[in-house]
Amino acid sequence: MSSLQTLDIAARSATTFPSPSVRREPHVAKLIDVTSCIGCKACQVACMQWNDLRDRVGDNDGTYDNPRDLTPASWTVMRFSEVEVETGRLEWLIRKDGCMHCEDPGCLKACPAPGAIVKYANGIVDFISENCIGCGSCVTGCPFDVPRISKKDSKAYKCSLCADRVTVGLEPACVKACPTGAIRFGTKDDMKEFAAERIVDLKERGYQNAGLYDPPGVGGTHVMYVLQHADKPHLYHGLPADPKISPMVSLWKSVLKPLSLLAMIGAVGGAFFHYMKVGPDESGVDK
Amino acid sequence: MEETRYVRRYSDGDRINHWLLVILFFCTALSGLSMFHPSLFFLSVLFGGGPWTRILHPFIGVLVFLSFAGMYLRLARDNAWSPEDRAWLAGIGALLAGRKHEPLPAGRFNAGQKILFWWMAITLAVLLVTGLVFWRPYFAGYFPIGLVRLATLLHSFTAIGLILGIIGHIYAAIWVKGTTRAMTRGLVSESWAKHHHPGWVARMTQDKR
Repeated sequence: MSSLQTLDIAARSATTFPSPSVRREPHVAKLIDVTSCIGCKACQVACMQWNDLRDRVGDNDGTYDNPRDLTPASWTVMRFSEVEVETGRLEWLIRKDGCMHCEDPGCLKACPAPGAIVKYANGIVDFISENCIGCGSCVTGCPFDVPRISKKDSKAYKCSLCADRVTVGLEPACVKACPTGAIRFGTKDDMKEFAAERIVDLKERGYQNAGLYDPPGVGGTHVMYVLQHADKPHLYHGLPADPKISPMVSLWKSVLKPLSLLAMIGAVGGAFFHYMKVGPDESGVDK
Repeated sequence: MEETRYVRRYSDGDRINHWLLVILFFCTALSGLSMFHPSLFFLSVLFGGGPWTRILHPFIGVLVFLSFAGMYLRLARDNAWSPEDRAWLAGIGALLAGRKHEPLPAGRFNAGQKILFWWMAITLAVLLVTGLVFWRPYFAGYFPIGLVRLATLLHSFTAIGLILGIIGHIYAAIWVKGTTRAMTRGLVSESWAKHHHPGWVARMTQDKR
């Protein structure tokens, strides 16, 4: 995707000065109500159509997941999980997988290419392909295993939350296509409010552990789920219970990166001033 | 004035190998640094931009390893730790502070040079192994993400350790007068050799007898 909103960039990868961020916007969010998803994959089709992507026809691995996994050309995939939360009671949990648009994006933190990943003021995290160098650091940084590197061009791809549509006041393509209203889009506050009502409903229907998935470990996400078993997110094709940017990535980017620069400047500066103060060792040199 | 007498310190092969390593090291270090800190990203223009930097860095890195392997075969024996190296380490502080100028015990290589040699051997091995783990698009896919994260962190950490070591190495060459000729022409003056590497000169004269 490319940057259409140049005045409302909240964060930019590998950039140490403030980004153009004069324009303020409310935070947006996509709410995916897993409990009213019927697994029709209209969202996948809409995603392909709007973004003009056609994935290779894959093969069947014995599940309904098609394609089997996210790919550079499949930015969203329905994940079908058959689970027995209570013995003897089979449940078919269907989760629309894709980028979660973290408020504190691990991909953006890990990316070494200036401006290859941006987070807009509205919270959408987008890859700016012309700046991508293809190193795969976004994959290393992502707590949800979302970015995929293309074999064709070595660029990283993922869901853009239809940033191009949202910019001009439209909802993401998947939201527009969903026939059951399981996918909604609006301000993050409105989506939380809507989710709260839905959760009350679910609890009345016996889903005592129903809840909203908006993990605080990554500062919350701009794609949220309503889960009927919010106490066990891993049931939904391994959705992490408490996703965080890995401490190894934080250590690398928040500690080692600035300290190393200081150490190198210190070493060169120290050597220079040592020479000025003490002078060279000329012993043994023929006069 | 008496004409300066020179002794051979490095063969042509040693020096060619060394400068090959220098050039390759600078290429990997600068390309690596451009991908390490945003304020150094401008260095990527030296390699043809961001994507080319990313593509070239690991290949040049492997060449650095191979080039050092050459140095290893040439110099490892003379870099073996010996008891006199402790005395060199004990005395180098005063020398650096400019308080003393008496010769310190050293063979062909002094303790500082030996430490750098082994530091390079260790860090380059770590850099090769960790670098392979997150080399895209060829190898990264074969490793679990936790290992890729650990390898990335270790690779950066080790690289900075190596760069700091090399900064020390370069400064030592600038600070100790009479030493650069060893790597440019292969020769050092006899009096310089006696002062800085007395053990080496003693061994050579013994061998001659």
